[in-house]
Amino acid sequence: MESFKKIKSIVTPLDKVNVDTDQIIPKQFLKLVQKTGFGQYLFYDWRFENGTKPREDFVLNSSKYYDSKILLTRDNFGCGSSREHAAWALLDYGFRVVIAPSFADIFYNNCFKNGILPIMLDSQSVEKLFNNSSEIEVDLLHQTITTDDIVIPFEIESHRKKTLLEGLDDIAVTLQYEDKITMYEKSKPKL
Amino acid sequence: MSQTLFEKIWSSHIVLEQDNGPSLLYVDRHLIHEVTSPQAFDGLRMNKRMVRRTDLTFATMDHNVPTTDRSLPIVDQISSKQIQVLEKNCKDFGIELFDIHSPNQGIVHVIGPELGMTLPGATIVCGDSHTSTHGAFGALAFGIGTSDVEHVLATQCIWMEKPTTFEIKVEGKRKNPHAVTAKDIILSIIRQIGTAGGTGTVIEYRGETISDLTMEQRMTICNMSIEAGARAGLIAPDEKTFEFLRGKKYVPKNYDELVSYWRENLKSDIGVHFDKSFTLHADKISPQVSWGTNPAMTTDVTGTVPFPEEYSKGNPDEEKAAHKALQYMNLKPGMQITDISLDRIFIGSCTNSRLEDLIEASKIIKGKKISSKVHAMVVPGSQLVKKQAEQLGLDKIFKDAGFEWRESGCSMCLGMNPDILASGERCASTSNRNFEGRQGAGGRTHLVSPIMAAAAALAGHFVDVRELDLN
Repeated sequence: MESFKKIKSIVTPLDKVNVDTDQIIPKQFLKLVQKTGFGQYLFYDWRFENGTKPREDFVLNSSKYYDSKILLTRDNFGCGSSREHAAWALLDYGFRVVIAPSFADIFYNNCFKNGILPIMLDSQSVEKLFNNSSEIEVDLLHQTITTDDIVIPFEIESHRKKTLLEGLDDIAVTLQYEDKITMYEKSKPKL
Repeated sequence: MSQTLFEKIWSSHIVLEQDNGPSLLYVDRHLIHEVTSPQAFDGLRMNKRMVRRTDLTFATMDHNVPTTDRSLPIVDQISSKQIQVLEKNCKDFGIELFDIHSPNQGIVHVIGPELGMTLPGATIVCGDSHTSTHGAFGALAFGIGTSDVEHVLATQCIWMEKPTTFEIKVEGKRKNPHAVTAKDIILSIIRQIGTAGGTGTVIEYRGETISDLTMEQRMTICNMSIEAGARAGLIAPDEKTFEFLRGKKYVPKNYDELVSYWRENLKSDIGVHFDKSFTLHADKISPQVSWGTNPAMTTDVTGTVPFPEEYSKGNPDEEKAAHKALQYMNLKPGMQITDISLDRIFIGSCTNSRLEDLIEASKIIKGKKISSKVHAMVVPGSQLVKKQAEQLGLDKIFKDAGFEWRESGCSMCLGMNPDILASGERCASTSNRNFEGRQGAGGRTHLVSPIMAAAAALAGHFVDVRELDLN
């Protein structure tokens, strides 16, 4: 997994609550058996009319945001299906940061497994970012978001921060504790 | 110190605990399906890793399998490839697979309990958010992403932050238990606590109404815990639970011994503290119909489509979402729910495709014909459910009424196979999600119970099933 340290970019504002993973990546694209190539299908039904013509009123279709690496959205982002394809699609499209007042649990967890930083901010700070149109900098090490005028600190669990900063492979970390897993298995009757 | 049921299961599965950070939990059962596993197996191959416990891992194909004649080849080449990839992965790594021709094939959350892979007090994971279904048996069961599928395959463990506890009590007796079903109870709960009401928590459903439910009904409740945002939902096991599982194919040989242990231990201690609590009274619940594009956008069948400002209770983001939802659903505020006409009826999904669901729906249908305006189908949750239903003659009842009777799978719950809504079509569905495009791009989904779907099939619009003679 690619590590995450710092990113500077303009912010794509997606002003919607409860964005579910069915919208992030519709089901017809879940048939692929690899992790890449999902970016073209991100927010497919919102981005394209009849699957071809870009919808002018959808924010991702504004050329202003083509190079954006930061998605800003509202409460309960990523609810619904556990499909990790949602995280793969965001990453493949180019997003490395998602900022929202709250996230659904499974999606939140899936982000960290793919080098995406989901940031939970209070609603007021989110509102400030919705009103900010210039570039911002997200610095994971110092846990700050910096705009032209303000610095917004953010919280993140220390182990998640470490995983992202170092781009750690979860499984390799766990396998260091293999003796403990074996011990657990020996101590319990098989269920 | 007194503990909740969840805390008891949690603490008995800890492999490693850290002061600051997640715990490493042992996984007793890992269920696999074709859509969220290929990349996990690729990861194993790339890193030359094996599956640690093939004996605790089971696979089936359910999400994209066709529900039409299984002797015919699969037309969709990409679906077909995904199915072949699962077959190869299971063969290469030594995992038991219930394939498309197996008598045990079915929706993963239907076959888990019916084969006895689901056990009280167990930790169960699957790359599917509706894994919460298995919580009906007092298991700690939750959906995971593909990276975690790979992690569990390699280590039989999962890292997890300890969720908080949420008690949802359903008290009292339902006035008409045939008309007001488990589906109506869970939709009522979600409608009141919201789609993020359970975020970060494990819900324990308690109270007289819950105890009165059959195992199949409890599965419907736990199944939709994720629709309230919860990590998992569970119900303490009781004699109904133990009887349901007795004699099932994969239950351990020392089953009676286990039952004695479960009976004594798998319950929340009396007077234990939950981090959050919510109570509702069963006698106040009506049959529910969703009108919007998430499961909290639901109302009583006797109600009207709400005005966005009334629904949102002063939250501007929710108000905007409600406007958008009404536009998508092509509904006008103030319209009677019973005036909503339907094009399609879907009885199926991991929420409501079990034998009891089909029996209840068939009672309404028997000897009648569906409206000429609707196209209706029944998709049994598993091959076993299908077989049992056919032994009872349900297939004939449904077919005589004008329903299609299909092979088992997820089908039109998510429309990964050819069973989809056309754009603009409106469906009464017994599934769990009414998200935009969920059942097909542009399709409009109304979530209801099986009996409500059956009654709507006959009338061509929603009806209050309490007005029907259900005895």
